[in-house]
Amino acid sequence: MDDVLILSRLQFAANISFHILFPTITIALCWFLAYFKIRFDLSRDPVWMRIYRFWVKVFALSFALGVVSGITMSFQFGTNWPGYMEKVGNIAGPLLGYEVLTAFFLEATFLGIMLFGQGRVPNWVHTLATLIVALGTSLSAFWILALNSWMQTPAGFEMRDGIAHVTDWWAVIFNPSFPYRLAHMLLASMLTACFLVAGLSAYRLLRGDTKKAPRIALKTALFAAALVTPLQIFVGDLHGLNTLKHQPQKVAAMEGVWETERGAPLLLFAIPDETSRSNHFEIGIPKGASLILTHDADGEIQGLNDFIGEHPPVKPVFYGFRLMVGIGMLMLALAWLGSWQLWRHNTLSPLLLKATFAMTFSGWVATLAGWYVTEIGRQPYLVSGVLRTADAVTDVAPGNVLLTFCLYVSLYTVLLVVYIRTLLRLARKATEVEEINQKTDESTTNAPMAQGES
Amino acid sequence: MFADHTLPFIFVGLMGLAVLLYVILDGYDLGVGILLPLKNESHSDKMIASIGPFWDANETWLVLAIGVLFIAFPAAHSMVLKALYLPATFMLLGLILRGVAFDFRAKVKPARKGIWDKAFKFGSLLASFMQGYMLGMYIMGFEQSLQAMAFALLSGIGVTAAYCFIGACWLIMKTESDLQKRAVGWARKCVWVCFAGVLGVCIVNPLINELVWQRWTSLPSALFIWPIPFISLSLFALCHFVLNRLPLKDDAGCWLPFIIALLIFLSCYQGLAVSFFPYIVPGRMNILEAASAPESLRFILIGAVIVVPCILAYTVFSYRVFWGKVTELKYY
Ligand code: HDD
Ligand code: HEM
Ligand code: HEM
Repeated sequence: MDDVLILSRLQFAANISFHILFPTITIALCWFLAYFKIRFDLSRDPVWMRIYRFWVKVFALSFALGVVSGITMSFQFGTNWPGYMEKVGNIAGPLLGYEVLTAFFLEATFLGIMLFGQGRVPNWVHTLATLIVALGTSLSAFWILALNSWMQTPAGFEMRDGIAHVTDWWAVIFNPSFPYRLAHMLLASMLTACFLVAGLSAYRLLRGDTKKAPRIALKTALFAAALVTPLQIFVGDLHGLNTLKHQPQKVAAMEGVWETERGAPLLLFAIPDETSRSNHFEIGIPKGASLILTHDADGEIQGLNDFIGEHPPVKPVFYGFRLMVGIGMLMLALAWLGSWQLWRHNTLSPLLLKATFAMTFSGWVATLAGWYVTEIGRQPYLVSGVLRTADAVTDVAPGNVLLTFCLYVSLYTVLLVVYIRTLLRLARKATEVEEINQKTDESTTNAPMAQGES
Repeated sequence: MFADHTLPFIFVGLMGLAVLLYVILDGYDLGVGILLPLKNESHSDKMIASIGPFWDANETWLVLAIGVLFIAFPAAHSMVLKALYLPATFMLLGLILRGVAFDFRAKVKPARKGIWDKAFKFGSLLASFMQGYMLGMYIMGFEQSLQAMAFALLSGIGVTAAYCFIGACWLIMKTESDLQKRAVGWARKCVWVCFAGVLGVCIVNPLINELVWQRWTSLPSALFIWPIPFISLSLFALCHFVLNRLPLKDDAGCWLPFIIALLIFLSCYQGLAVSFFPYIVPGRMNILEAASAPESLRFILIGAVIVVPCILAYTVFSYRVFWGKVTELKYY
């Protein structure tokens, strides 16, 4: 039973981690595309169309990966977590159902028109299709996060015969942590897309691309990041306060606080040790954590020792949190410095270009780190206080789960490598295209079937 | 609005609709994938262009079918998926491979395109075969015996052939000249394998399944069942006749094989549905036993009633937009 538990968790984590990489890009990238398209419609300046065309390819590729890995996700609940279905299926089912009905069909159907429909439908319908796809991806985030937040802070239900029955759907959907989680995730997606756009554009500039398109894309993305990063930090802080209210043990793990104390320090570094139930090598800002979390330097923070047997593993939560916040700070620094340079000199210094390129996928790292904090921080529960992870696991033979786990991981590794290489290749190809060439390819496609390169 | 005990039946209808649409829609695009020629780039580009705008929405019907099973019949959902753990995983791996190959083939170095074409073909084949295999296991009530496996293997081949058949018919409708001729040839071959498969299931199903046998032999259900094989038989004959004459001048009737294929799928599907209703897992669990709480069903029903017609409407819209023969797909 233990083997299946570990394997099922690993498999689920591998699948959803792979899956979430692509939605984080597509959710916000599609809004970027809508913006580019609308700018084109308003100004008729072909440069916006070129930017649109480059990024729509990246979008299509990411979307395809998101869809196929998402289909896998929808099977995982039944195959690996039957206990989950049995106990909270009455809640999880309809929420997932609404995601399929309202979001997936919307985006999947209009995607065809968005990708291939230009020339077949009037221009405004094409712009509308782009907007609808963007709306669809965001709606999908709405529903799945409603479910995920409900698992963190369940509300609006009662247990009858060990099975959750809904008493109030409004309370289920708008459960206490939902608004924070939704806002934080949408902004995370925005940042991931900003840095992807900025990073690949910087790559093109570094490779000697002198066209206007990558410059404009870089500027758009960095300015957006400069606005969104502080917002994300602010929302993240609110999110933390909300978590402190509902899941104090998670915050204790995030902050590495063992004993309940007043004036707890904000640890910048430490090595938490669960056997001795203390930290080694602490470096911290005195009273920092209390100040941030309770807005009072002497505020009380509950320690992990109040939750023995009921708190998550400390290390991954502790480090995951620092990784996310660290990247958030780096993003802030880069976005502000870059925006300032762009504003003053209209270009980035080579050093900053390189830094921007280095940060291309930083959004992925922060997003995954954040999710790991959230999800691992909920352990040992699957649904806080209602269902333990160990009680929900499947009884499929461990050998089978091991086999499928290995297959998934190998396939995902290959796909991830190919995906990143393909993005870089697309950027390099775009670098080689000459500005004049691009004008002519407005009317004729230059590539075989399905795909044009610009 | 609805009495508690009618809700599960409404949802079984919705799930049935989703499965039917999935099998037809993803059926043709999986079929096109399996038929992909590896040596003729212009043909394979055209074939892929013919399904380009649709495949994603087609697969979403599978997500809806699984979703409804999950929402409305959680107990059956875990029973079915646990019993089919490995084939379902292989199907998913197949779907992943083909879904990404579709995009990668056009974006990687030209030298690598061939590899992704193979991945596309192989992924489509794997997914189709596994779906057929799962259908076979389902009909056999998830029995773990050699016979059951053998039957499931045959069913895998049958379903693969059926998908190739409807895929070829799709191509006849959507393409011209050389490729269309090739597609007619594919359709002629596949239609017979498909016919053999349907016949096989028709014979085996009543023999192994007490309940089905009763239905086939007792009134009044027999009245509903017996016409089905005859209708299918005449459809197959008609199809054979039509395929032998295509392509006609001015491309007349190029859409006929696809319509016939559609009707064949419909009648086979109906045959299976009539045989098993009201069981959701043959011989083990019926619809009412598996249903989830009425308040949850009612909540999602409101959405379904509003949204499903919209989905159908914009699906039709999207097919209208891409109506007619495939042209070069410009990627934006
Ligand atoms: C609808 C529900 C849901 C959603 C939207 C997510 N998760 Fe989750 N997650 C679960 C439902 C869940 C779960 C079913 O509850 C798991 C499975 C095993 C477990 O412990 O909780 C879980 C576990 C789990 C674990 C393993 C934790 C452990 O076993 O200690 C990781 C690393 C993630 N998830 C990561 C993610 C990521 C990166 C997500 C981003 C999309 C994500 N989860 C969304
Ligand atoms: C936990 C479980 C999850 C399941 C079961 C799941 C399921 C799915 C499925 C089945 C698809 C494919 C839909 C299609 O055919 O178009 C999909 C795509 C998508 N999912 Fe998830 N998903 C999960 C988590 C998430 C999370 C946490 C988010 C976002 C915050 C998310 C956002 C999306 C988006 C935006 C898409 C469509 C766009 C794309 O493919 O990139 N999903 N998901
Ligand atoms: C810099 C300041 C940030 C703070 C203070 C912060 C705070 C938090 C907190 C407290 C959580 C855990 C909530 C819980 O489960 O209870 C969280 C989760 C998360 N964070 Fe952050 N965060 C910051 C930056 C970022 C950045 C830059 C990203 C990504 C680009 C990000 C992405 C995420 C994600 C995806 C989650 C999990 C989903 C969720 O619970 O909403 N965060 N964040």
